[in-house]
Amino acid sequence: MKHPKLSFLALAGAALTTVVTAGAANAREFVLGMQCDRSGPTQVVGNYICDGAHDYIRLANKMGMFGEGNSVRNFEIDHGYNVPRGVEAYERSKEAGHVSYGLYGTPHTYALTPKLTSDKTPGTSPGFGSAGAANGKSYPYIFPVAATYWSQAGAAVQFVMDEWKASGQSGLPKVAYLYYDNPAGREPLEVLRDIQGRVGFEMREYAVPPPGVDMRPQVLDIVRRYKADWVINHTFGKAPAVSIKELSRLRFPMNRVIGFVWAAAEIDMQAAGWEAAEGYQALQFAGVGQNHKVIDEIKAMYAEEGKPPPEKMNVSVYYNRGVFIGALHARAIVNAIEAVGAENVTGDDVRRGFESISDFTLGGFMPPLNLTPEDHEGGGWVQVWQVRGGQWVPLTDWMQGYRDVIMEHVANAEPPKG
Amino acid sequence: MINRETGTFKRTYAEDLAIYRTPLPKIAVAVIAFVVFVIIPWQGSEYWLGILNLIGIASLGALGLNILVGRTGQISVGHAAFMSVGAYTAAVILREFPGTHWILAMLGGGCAAALAGMFFGIPSLRIKGLYLAVSTLAAQLIIEWIINHWPWLSGGAQGSIYIQAPTFPWIEDGALVSRKMEANLHYYYLIYVVLAIGILFALNLFRSHLGRAFIAVRDRDIAAEIIGINIFRTKLVAFGIASFYAGVTGVLYTYFYSIANFESFTLLISIQFLAMCIIGGLGSILGSIFGAIFITMLPIVLDFMLRGVGGAVFGWDDAAASAIMPQWNLIMFGGLIMFFLVVEPDGLAKMWRNFTDYFRVWPFPYV
Repeated sequence: MKHPKLSFLALAGAALTTVVTAGAANAREFVLGMQCDRSGPTQVVGNYICDGAHDYIRLANKMGMFGEGNSVRNFEIDHGYNVPRGVEAYERSKEAGHVSYGLYGTPHTYALTPKLTSDKTPGTSPGFGSAGAANGKSYPYIFPVAATYWSQAGAAVQFVMDEWKASGQSGLPKVAYLYYDNPAGREPLEVLRDIQGRVGFEMREYAVPPPGVDMRPQVLDIVRRYKADWVINHTFGKAPAVSIKELSRLRFPMNRVIGFVWAAAEIDMQAAGWEAAEGYQALQFAGVGQNHKVIDEIKAMYAEEGKPPPEKMNVSVYYNRGVFIGALHARAIVNAIEAVGAENVTGDDVRRGFESISDFTLGGFMPPLNLTPEDHEGGGWVQVWQVRGGQWVPLTDWMQGYRDVIMEHVANAEPPKG
Repeated sequence: MINRETGTFKRTYAEDLAIYRTPLPKIAVAVIAFVVFVIIPWQGSEYWLGILNLIGIASLGALGLNILVGRTGQISVGHAAFMSVGAYTAAVILREFPGTHWILAMLGGGCAAALAGMFFGIPSLRIKGLYLAVSTLAAQLIIEWIINHWPWLSGGAQGSIYIQAPTFPWIEDGALVSRKMEANLHYYYLIYVVLAIGILFALNLFRSHLGRAFIAVRDRDIAAEIIGINIFRTKLVAFGIASFYAGVTGVLYTYFYSIANFESFTLLISIQFLAMCIIGGLGSILGSIFGAIFITMLPIVLDFMLRGVGGAVFGWDDAAASAIMPQWNLIMFGGLIMFFLVVEPDGLAKMWRNFTDYFRVWPFPYV
């Protein structure tokens, strides 16, 4: 050969390949594809959620959850909330041989739903995407896994009604629904109107145009003209903080405001000021704070590596949701391994793994989750937490609301066909 | 000579009217066409074909915008909105009239976008430059708002319409059947055939009376008017053509994703397309494609590189790489854009032209 160096490299490469393949003969590395927004408009959410998912998968690998020698690789690609990049990220992790996929962002969920379905790979969309995807028959490969906006709407109204009754007032409350004027913000409307029609309380809708940094007129209208008793707050991004600031400026009692899951994080309260937010309530689909066994285990894992626990853990609302997502994927893969054996697991097996998740709580960290081929949402459980003295305090147990109404809507849900 | 005009004699009118008059570009185009339509589909993996599809769609959109911004000098930041007009028109046509051929829906999408573009181009008669940019910004917001608030058009609360995959004729067991597009390879042919038509149209447009009128309007509109160009008509036609390209781009995105969703066509996307034109080279067809490749590929290439370097040098595992890399990716993305614009403000196409110009006179650069 003319190039001795090159031939040496080739030999070394060949040797290395043999070693690697020999070592991997009876162990399997499952690829869990993930996309994330760490550099785009929702990076304040993505950076925390995705780190949580990574930490749980590392923990699961360390605990040997996937059986002797097997492991899961959390292959995450940042898409900066850009749809073409999200599609590329999906294609790349498909190339890497993913068996399960973690979506991030509503437009990406929509754009990838057809691909996930034709590739027979389950994708999770907790807290975004379409509420109709709770219907496993219409959306066989999409798993909202956490309470959809419809379920959140049901639970929020239930909570408002319970509190109204508990406060001993007569009649029914006047409710203001303050929402971000995009598809995600409008999605709960049909369910809310339905429930309102059946229960008979008064409700008015107040749209906030994105990016929702000015909502003075809406809040003034709610507090001064409509004189609402309760406010349901379904806003995103910077809007939750702005809404809290505006409501508290007009002295609206914060303990009569309830936010949906994306108006519920520590960072939103920080931006609004914890004092201003005192009494504010919000829905959560995963545990908040650090008093959880799984969080202790992650801390222990870091301690073992000689590192302090990650700072991002302190934004527990988002970090814990990442742990929640990681745990569900891990569980589904474990179920799939148990069903067909590690070497045979395909995306379709992991889908069945998701559908056989039952009474999975991770020690109270999440609601008693039960996924079935029909129900990809797992019951639509949420928990109400309240801001008290600069931190989130749980107010209720895991709860659902107007489940019958929501199930009617879910049963009729279908992808909007063209 | 193979790459010089000297010694290349034009003996017929056809030769004089040819797009490429010297042998080398002719050969080059033939080779590129062969590579694009034969070699790549034959050898390319699903993943790379997927990326090439995204590049192809982006190229068509950038080309359309470049006709407007680069050739006619009308700044538009509403390009993505016109894409969404095309996307939803095609989706609604396919929803309301099932059985309509997807090519018709695509043309319908393009025409609807062209009409919308011409409507929002009307202010260009009175205002120019940054003022026009702001008025097209209004187009972006108005169109987004309408799609967002018109359930019939947008398919309900989700603001999206799923469509059936387009079909193509296929011979199976000796019989002609119609097959659904599923693989990236199928979409690859769709996208690159449309792109080829788009490029061919633009090449010829630039050589026509109208194409020269575009340049006249861009360079000095009063002078253009004095020599008899109807400025208003020219500007409106430019808006129409650019928006037709945008509409078809939106339809291609819709077919490729199987869904029309207006959140894929936000202001940010409009700005991204402007960036493609500026980095690639204003007014240049090749520049549009270079720009589309640059903006689409750079984050992916940086991702690959940083993952490799991070793993090899710093020992990043997947968790660390995912957390650190996007930040570096952003820094380098911005840095490289600045670098290329400082080195060659006229864009990547100018760099390419410098390169070819060098060889045009080589080895006698002083003549």
